[in-house]
Order: sequence, then structure tokens, then C-alpha cells
Amino acid sequence: MNTILQVRDLLVRVHTSILVEVPHLWLERGEILAVMGPNGSGKSTLLQVLGFLRKPTAGTVFFSGRPVASRRDGLLARRQIAMVFQEPLLCQASVFANVAMGLRFRKLPGSTVTTEVNRWLERLGILHLADRPAQTLSGGEAQRASLARALVLKPAVLLLDEPFSALDPQIKEVLIEDLYEILRHEELSTIFVTHDHSEALRLGDRIAVMGNGRILQVDTPQKVFGMPSSEQVALFTGVETILPGTIVEQREGLALVDVRGKRLEAVTQASPGERVLLCLRPEEVSLMGPNQIRTGTARNLLPGVVERIIPSGFHFRVVLDCGFQIVAFVTRQSRDEMNLKEGDPVTAAFKASGIHVIPR
Amino acid sequence: MDLILQGAKHALELLIQGDPEIFQVVLLSLRVSGTAVLISLLLGIPLGTILALSEFPGRRLVLSLVNTGMGFPPVVVGLFVSMLLWRSGPLGGLDLLYTPAAMVIAQVALAAPIIIGLTAAAIQQLNPKLRLQILSLGANRRQLMWILLREARLPLLAAVMAGFGGVISEVGAVMMVGGNVKGQTRVLTTATVLETRMGHFDVAIALSLVLLGITFLVNLALTIFQQRGGTR
Repeated sequence: MNTILQVRDLLVRVHTSILVEVPHLWLERGEILAVMGPNGSGKSTLLQVLGFLRKPTAGTVFFSGRPVASRRDGLLARRQIAMVFQEPLLCQASVFANVAMGLRFRKLPGSTVTTEVNRWLERLGILHLADRPAQTLSGGEAQRASLARALVLKPAVLLLDEPFSALDPQIKEVLIEDLYEILRHEELSTIFVTHDHSEALRLGDRIAVMGNGRILQVDTPQKVFGMPSSEQVALFTGVETILPGTIVEQREGLALVDVRGKRLEAVTQASPGERVLLCLRPEEVSLMGPNQIRTGTARNLLPGVVERIIPSGFHFRVVLDCGFQIVAFVTRQSRDEMNLKEGDPVTAAFKASGIHVIPR
Repeated sequence: MDLILQGAKHALELLIQGDPEIFQVVLLSLRVSGTAVLISLLLGIPLGTILALSEFPGRRLVLSLVNTGMGFPPVVVGLFVSMLLWRSGPLGGLDLLYTPAAMVIAQVALAAPIIIGLTAAAIQQLNPKLRLQILSLGANRRQLMWILLREARLPLLAAVMAGFGGVISEVGAVMMVGGNVKGQTRVLTTATVLETRMGHFDVAIALSLVLLGITFLVNLALTIFQQRGGTR
């Protein structure tokens, strides 16, 4: 078996509230598992249990196929796992002493400590800061030191609890790139907690989505983002339009769905009469002005009125009223070209395959 | 005015000449208070750390008792230790009353709560995630405690200063349990009280200057140590 870390029937309860309830979750050797979820969904608690830093109320954590029960087992397993938190949590000592800390806990000889620490400081590009007091580092440098402190231990499993969320965007980009390179090169089994979609997509071999202490879906990034298993996952992964409907007709995988009296085409095997939810990501929807000639292969065309235009990074989110609400992304350029304003009549166009259907 | 000037002049003469009686009093003061603080540290740091880190029912009650202990009136401590060591008291058989050992016991009772309370506060003010971080780097319990104490060294040294300052300048409890016996249990504070009462202002001033000097030097040393930066 190639599973390095595994939990079964895990329950973490404080008084009467359940923080985490996970029947089964596993990490393959060399795999990067991204755990996503809103704040308070139990991601960090789960990670602490997996790192043997917190005793679960019930359930078993297996390390390398063996259940970890006693305190001694716990320490031995803990020494195979390293964790990096959102804050660098460096101690009041030099960068070198901080990175050496775990090796010194293991009572390794001084020469080994020096060689290894320097190697990892170099790898993370902070060798020149070795003698600096850790308190004088910038946010990015401190997080690099914190990563070096974990990586120097050559852990069998690396646990990362939102390690980039407190960093500036540019610093974050470079650090993610460096870390990704290291993780792949070392084939490090990693669990990576984040609430950032792009980080999860970029780093994760699989993504687990959590909500209210439970794992809602574990799948490849393509499946989690393209085919969410429930409304909750859909909402969390950025699906902005979720429409309740009923299948009216089924033609070899292409279904006609009734949504409040309007007919939409969607790719699904669901049979007529079945009640479903239609998930439509805003990037799947394109907009056409009233005089624009129809192009493309979109099977669904819904006339509507622009309700609101909300700037969102490089894009604009356009909320349409088509009898029900539909959200579309448009670029700044197309908004200008169409001279789009609130109250304008437009047509929303999207493909049948752009809709993901969830049974209700 | 003349009284003060004369007193100060004579006091300096006594100190420069190295009066053996004053010397003995100073030495005993340092020995008693030093021992008391050392014992309080040995008791107080582990207890304070455990109190800060562990979860058990009644923890808040214990913490508030400790905090009350930090402000114990010395005469009350003196009274209790006297009764404990009284010939017919529970520890009367040890025959410790009016000995330096009795003074050490009273001073431990005064300093230990200060050190327990300030240690607990020092550990609690650390980021709670730091503990998880250190454990995740593979620390066992002893290593965890050591790192946490090292992280809290600034407030911890403040605890040592507060403890030492509290007991070396305290007079009520040592007077009651030590008895201010000349050559045996006379310390800086009790001697100062006695000499002032007898009108020997020169000796009293000399003793006070030494007391001030000791408190200053101890705090200076600890402050220098405290403010020293991280070491490799």
C-alpha cells in the first residue's frame, strides 16, 4: 500500500460542537493534497490531528499503515512530520538557530546540523540571513525561514496551514513557485490547507473541500471545480449561478431543463421528471448586445437586462436579470466595446456543456 | 539637617572601613533571600508553566489563588510560618523557628506565588500556536518547555527581579520568624529597623545604602542579561 497518512472515523468534538467529522481521508506518498474550505470549516483542526498535535475525540490516524496510539508512537510519528503555519512563528534567536531547532531536538551532531541548515537556507535563498535575529526578517523572509525549518527535517509528510495567506501578492507568487519546485523535486507527501482557489489549483494533485467539519468532496482539481458534487462545493468553488430546475426531455445525454418556465439545454444523463440544480460558472457565460450577430456554438441564449456591474480584479462581474439571476464575467475591454451599462438589454450565451448538473 | 549629614558621613566611613557587623548582616541577607528566590524558581517555573499550558477543572481557581498569593501581606505569612514552626505547632519538632531556615521558608512563601503567577502570565502571553509549531518540529515535552521558557525570558526575568526585590526588602515576615537575633538572623531590613529605633542613624543609613545598592546591582545584572539579543 502506498498510503503514507490516513484517518478513519475521525471525530473532534469540543463540548457539544463537532469541529471535524471525517470517516476516511488518506494521503498517497509523493502526493500533494490541497484542503480547501471557508473559515471555521475545520481545516486547521484536521491538520493538527494529522500532525499528531491534537488528540481526536474518536478515530484513528495511521502513519505508514500503522495506527498511532501511544504517546511514544505519537512522538515518533511527529518526528516524521513537519508543519508550517500561517504565521512564521520563529523563536527569538538567529535564523540559523531557528532552522536548526528540529535537528537539535533530534540530537544530531553539530556538523550535520550546520551542513543541513546551510543547504536548506541556500535552497530557500536566505543563506545570507543566517546570522540575523529572526525578529528582523520581513514577512516573506520569515516564511522562507519557517519553510526551511520544516524542510531541513526531511519529513515524510509536510503539513502546510495557509502558509502564504499573510504575504504580499508578489512575494507570495515567487514563494509558491519555489515551494512547488521543491515539493516536486523531493517528492514530498504534502497536505496543504488554503482558502485560495488558485493556490489549490496550482499545487494540488487532489483537492478536498471542507464545510462544517466534514469533507464534502475529494477529487482532482478539474472535477472539484468543473463537477462539484453538491451546492455547497459549487458555491465554494466559485459557481455563482445555481438554478433549480426539472428535466423535461432527454436526448442521448443532452437534456432539456425547465427553469422557471424557460428551457435550457444541459449535458447530463438525468431522466425526465428529475429535479436538478444547474451550476453555471460566470466564466462560462458570454454576453451579446442586442444588435450583435450570434457567433459561437452556445446552445443556450437568454435575453435579459443588466442589473449591476461590479468591478472584480481584471474583470467585471455582470449580474443579469433573465427572469432569474445569472452572473457573467466580462473583461474590461469587452465592457468598453459593448458600452455596457446598468439597465441595458443583453443576451447571455452559454454552452450546454458549460452547465454542470447536480441532482436535487 | 546636621543629623542627616553626620549620619551619612559616618555611614560612608563604616562602609569604607568594612565594618564586620554590617558585613555579616549583608551576607546573611543575600544568603537567605538568594536561597529563597532559588527555591521559588525551582518550584515556581515548572508550576507556572504547567498552570499556563494544561487544561484541568479548577485551573482558573488555582490561578486566582496564585494571584492572590502574589499580594500576600508579609505579616500574615510571618504569622502562618511562625505557627507552623512554633514548638507546639505541626513542624515544631524541626526546631527551626528563629533560624535562617525559617526566614527562607517565609520568603519562599512570599516569592513563590510571584514567580508562579508571573511565569504563568509570561507563558500565556506567547502565541498559542508557537507551542504546536515547536511540537511539530519534533520536540518532546522537556524540549518544548525549555524553548517556551526561553521565548518568555524577558517577562520571566522580570519575575525573578520582582521575587528577589520583594523578599530582600521585606521586613515583617523575617522579623517574626527570624526574631532579628544578632549574629544569627539579623538581616539588612530588620537591622535597619532596630538601628533606627535606637537612634543609630549612621548605621541605619549605611545598611539602607547597601540594601539599595544590592537591589540596584541585581536588577542591573538581570536587565543586561534580559536585553541581550538572540544568540546563535
